[in-house]
Amino acid sequence: MTVQAEYSPDADRIMSVSLGPQHPGAGHFRIKLWLDGDYVVRSEPDAGYVHRGEEKMGEYRNYIQNVPHLERPVILDSSNILFPYALGVDELMNLKVPQRGQYLRVIMSEANRIISHMYFIAIQGLFLGHTTLITWCMGDRDFWIDFAERIGGARVTFAYIIPGGVRNDIPPGAIKKGLETCDWFDKRMDEYEKIFFQNPMVHQRSDGIGVLSRDDAIAFGATGTVARASGLAVDVRKDEPYSAYEDFEFKTPVMTQGDVYARSYVALLDMRESVKIIRQALKKLPQGPVRLKLGPQPRVPAGEVYSRTEAARGEMSYYIVSDGSPRPYRLKIGVPSAKNLGVLPHLLRNVHVADIPPIYWGLNYWPVESDR
Amino acid sequence: MRARAFAARITEKFPDVKVDWMKERRLKVSTTADRIAEVGVFAKEGLGFDHISTVSGIDWIAKNELEVVYFIGSTTPGQEDFVLALSEHVQRSNPVVPTLMHVWRGVEYHERETHEMFGINFQGHPNQNHLYLPEDWNDLPPLRKDYVSPGR
Repeated sequence: MTVQAEYSPDADRIMSVSLGPQHPGAGHFRIKLWLDGDYVVRSEPDAGYVHRGEEKMGEYRNYIQNVPHLERPVILDSSNILFPYALGVDELMNLKVPQRGQYLRVIMSEANRIISHMYFIAIQGLFLGHTTLITWCMGDRDFWIDFAERIGGARVTFAYIIPGGVRNDIPPGAIKKGLETCDWFDKRMDEYEKIFFQNPMVHQRSDGIGVLSRDDAIAFGATGTVARASGLAVDVRKDEPYSAYEDFEFKTPVMTQGDVYARSYVALLDMRESVKIIRQALKKLPQGPVRLKLGPQPRVPAGEVYSRTEAARGEMSYYIVSDGSPRPYRLKIGVPSAKNLGVLPHLLRNVHVADIPPIYWGLNYWPVESDR
Repeated sequence: MRARAFAARITEKFPDVKVDWMKERRLKVSTTADRIAEVGVFAKEGLGFDHISTVSGIDWIAKNELEVVYFIGSTTPGQEDFVLALSEHVQRSNPVVPTLMHVWRGVEYHERETHEMFGINFQGHPNQNHLYLPEDWNDLPPLRKDYVSPGR
């Protein structure tokens, strides 16, 4: 891409445009754009249209009451936003979660990763003009939602991963059904590769678009699929194995191009690893209890904890400060969308207007998650 | 224990830095607003903590203090699992701290959020307009303890 337009506030030809917050793809999010004809010369993200004060709410509720409302910011990935919260409270209370509970946490977390990535790839297909992919992915996604529903009892917000373990045991039928879904999904992903990822049209629309270098990924604190597409192999599951992740064989997919194509393809490779993990976990699920009984208002000793896990979009972290009272004194949710927000104005410079949707969506940015 | 080794290297160079707590993979140190940039540069260049994770504020209303904590991960091989928490305390009446954007570029939006939620002024920050709050928010910064949510 060789666009040489420079931003100058005085130039008559520069036009400022608001993209959103009612844009059908962007959702509750606005991007302020400064355009020179068809070229974006500068941009500024404007978040906050769905800010609901989750952190303040957390200070008014006790550690168990916090479970259901904390997963609302990211309903596609609802187990993964609870996971580090549960790990943090476990650590503060010094709980030893039973091994079966740890395995079920991993299974639910990986199922949510697939559910989230399927949505991501579906909409990326839509933005790149590939209507088949959105219908396929949205349809196939439901089989994973069915699997999660068998375990968690709900289709979207499960409140499944809780301090002390998981809410309930897995029903026997779900194990067999889950293994069947894994086998079927492996074949299905081969078809996604053929129809979308090896499609010359898709390559033309996404190769070399919105390139983020590895150094910039480190400097901006990029995480998740965005970082891994730029050659930065960050994966909390590998870097700092939590729950039972050290028991499973899987790889961290990394690509080096750092463009829109790589960011989409890394999500597919991620799902392949998730299927591997779910299959191993279902096969060697240990016997025993799945949770420790904490009661409705557990006593959490005073202390501070910084816990993190790998959610679908990247590193999800919680900073919990307890003063010994039944409620957290401070509950900071470090969400991956907010961590990747700074990358957006860096990439939306010197690009065509037509490339805004794939670049924006390629960051896997979820406004509700970022706003909290 | 690695946390102890990191703490020793920081306190050797900056004797007035206080070690708050140590865990197997975590270390929290605190310093003052006028020293934090130097400590940050050392943490990044000397110790390899280059990957900003998040920034949090805390309102210690009983002590009449505000705290800012930078959580910094690392991409240096062998210490990816370690997170350094670098903190500073300021008086609630005059909460002015320097921005650390020149150390970690990625703190820009985290500092902007901490500014609007806690009313902390990051000197040198290019844009401290409201990010998550409405533009016309005309009340106390909402995560301060003396701000009470409507209906509470």
